[in-house]
Amino acid sequence: MLIPMMQDLQAECGYLPVEKLRCLAGRLNVPLSRIYAVATFYASFRLAPKGAHEVTLCMGTVCYLKGSPRICEAICKEFQVEPGGTTRDRLFTFQAVNCMGACAVAPVMVVDGKYYDGVTPASAIEILYELSKDKATAQKENKA
Amino acid sequence: MTLLGQKRLSNFVELERMTEELLHMRVASAKSIHVCTGPGCAAKGSDKIYELFCEAVKEADADVQVQAKGVGCHGLCECGPIVLVQPGDIFYQRVEEPDVAEIFRETILGGRFVERLLYEDPVTGQKADTVDKIPFYKVQQRIALAYNGLIDPTKITEYIAEGGYSALAKVLSSMTPEEVLSEVEVSGLRGRGGGGFPTARKWRSCREAEGSPKYVIGNGDEGDPGAFMDRAIMEGNPHSIIEGMLIGAYAIGSQHGYIYVRNEYPLSVVRLREAIEQAKQLGLLGENILGSSFSFDIRINRGGGAFVCGESTALMASLEGRTGEPRAKYVHTVESGLWEKPTNLNNVETWANVPQIINRGGKWFASIGTEKSKGTKVFSLVGKIKNTGLVEVPMGITLRRIIDEIGGGVRDGKRFKAVQTGGPSGGCIPAEHLDARVDFDELTKLGSMMGSGGMIVMDEDTCMVNVARYFTEFLLNESCGKCTPCREGLAQMTHILNRITKGDGEVGDVEELGTLAELLEGTALCALGKTAANPVMSTIRYFRDEYNAHILDRRCPAKECRGLFRYEIDPDACKACGICLKNCPADAITGKKKVPHVINQEKCTLCGTCWEKCPFTAVLKV
Repeated sequence: MLIPMMQDLQAECGYLPVEKLRCLAGRLNVPLSRIYAVATFYASFRLAPKGAHEVTLCMGTVCYLKGSPRICEAICKEFQVEPGGTTRDRLFTFQAVNCMGACAVAPVMVVDGKYYDGVTPASAIEILYELSKDKATAQKENKA
Repeated sequence: MTLLGQKRLSNFVELERMTEELLHMRVASAKSIHVCTGPGCAAKGSDKIYELFCEAVKEADADVQVQAKGVGCHGLCECGPIVLVQPGDIFYQRVEEPDVAEIFRETILGGRFVERLLYEDPVTGQKADTVDKIPFYKVQQRIALAYNGLIDPTKITEYIAEGGYSALAKVLSSMTPEEVLSEVEVSGLRGRGGGGFPTARKWRSCREAEGSPKYVIGNGDEGDPGAFMDRAIMEGNPHSIIEGMLIGAYAIGSQHGYIYVRNEYPLSVVRLREAIEQAKQLGLLGENILGSSFSFDIRINRGGGAFVCGESTALMASLEGRTGEPRAKYVHTVESGLWEKPTNLNNVETWANVPQIINRGGKWFASIGTEKSKGTKVFSLVGKIKNTGLVEVPMGITLRRIIDEIGGGVRDGKRFKAVQTGGPSGGCIPAEHLDARVDFDELTKLGSMMGSGGMIVMDEDTCMVNVARYFTEFLLNESCGKCTPCREGLAQMTHILNRITKGDGEVGDVEELGTLAELLEGTALCALGKTAANPVMSTIRYFRDEYNAHILDRRCPAKECRGLFRYEIDPDACKACGICLKNCPADAITGKKKVPHVINQEKCTLCGTCWEKCPFTAVLKV
């Protein structure tokens, strides 16, 4: 039951903090090295904290054919981020994944669980700029 | 009343009575609105539309008998969000939020069509007011997807009202495990996950294997990019999978089941969890099911995001909490699988077929399809095609019928080039083989495979070398790295293909790819590696001229590989609007008002911005 526990841990913390993994290794009596092997083998585990938003771009065959590499390139360039990385201001973590299973409406981008269909480089960037607007308004509200 | 949550069903008669009660109740509520909440429609905002319909139903007068329900994928995702009004099978496409009130007023209250939301045949221009008049659905035959789009997947009562779990009741009350095995054997059902192994033979081996406990697994780790059939079943009709697994477990003699769901499908996990919970409440899962001596439970495991875990031994390693590395299969998993116990793994689509086979008989199932491939197969028909979506067709149908009749042909008036089946393990089938029949063995003969059911249509703008490169790189990234041929062979192949698509290909590259492919097929540990070269070899087989154009002429005929074509402005089409000039990030475009613009080829970085931005399609790829 190691993997479900790690999934729960990540759901709670947003990533897998090393001290928690050490604790898990002790409780389950498995070597930390095995937990590390599992954490680095599966693409969904993260060893570093994620950004405020989660952005996932589909790079499945259909999305790829319909131009997702260009979208990926545009996002990386515009926000200075690499696939799998987080923007410097921690606004969002950017993932490029294999397939989201919404191939009929490709290319697809998912922001915090919301699906956007038929995305273009320009519309993707626009959607992501909306996030920073949300952040700015939220900060203003906090201050007020 | 024995309705949901009230009581466990303690015998078969109670289940029958419940079905009758549910049917009786349904007559009272005369009209129902089915809103598709499948992945395609949901991406287009169908959740909100469903909410609005629910509100409308709530606010309607008490004497209006109507209900709204969210249902699984309807199939024609291209035209989503889809709303179906029953009775009458009235099909509305591309429904937007403001349309909700109109549909409610006109169709529900007034009994009239909302003409502009009906499907219009692109050829004849005729409106289709019911589902069966739409060409997309005409050719299809639905078994695994039979109740998708009909029932609300979050309510077990909906499934039971359609006769759900009656196959389980039949099996438990009147069939021995051996009789179940024979029935499935007669049906000729073969594994829908890609391999096409005869299901009954697998079950029998597992039943006869020594050791206990025995495990039954539903494989929902749908990793093939471009495929979403399993997702649609898990989210649209989860109970069909559960019922299938129950029947299989009874035949095999297992009490423990797992469903392994892909990490990228969080909604599938939610739907299956709800379904399992509801089945448990009614006593359809757990101890002494329907008062019999048969007990079975199912647990759900979420994948960790590794493609290789779709392979049976890797999946089992993952279930055991290890890294998903496959093992050699000298000993089959039916003898020693999960925790070294006999384990029977089938794809969720295979499981979903089982209840229907029991209910309608193996002979009926075997009457559909070809000699060696029986029944139907669900495909996700996607890519450069007009009607993208989910289709279920009888085996033996030609690829041409699927693409032309159901898919409506290639979109934007482009020329068809190839159809890719079988995901990264499959191959590309060219136009001259479009009359091939969809059949496990026939597709393999063509150098592709049935696979799990992705069917990706490619047009003249798709570079086949780049497609091969895409799949090889995909598999390189997803290779677990355990065996050398796969780990190193794919790296080498990717290296060569990258070189070719960048215009640095060398004479002899194609032959070298062939050698590597042979090596992979012969020596890799698992199916991922053994079939990894299929995309490359099939494209070499059918599109050798494209490879030659890249290598010998440094030219990409599809004009997709950057650097192997140029952008030029057609002076006759250019209106000198200046949009390209303003947007060019390299300042490579010159021009004045009323003078056609020109691209300076030395400065051009081939980013394609001008081509994308030009409103007059005056920028050409040459």
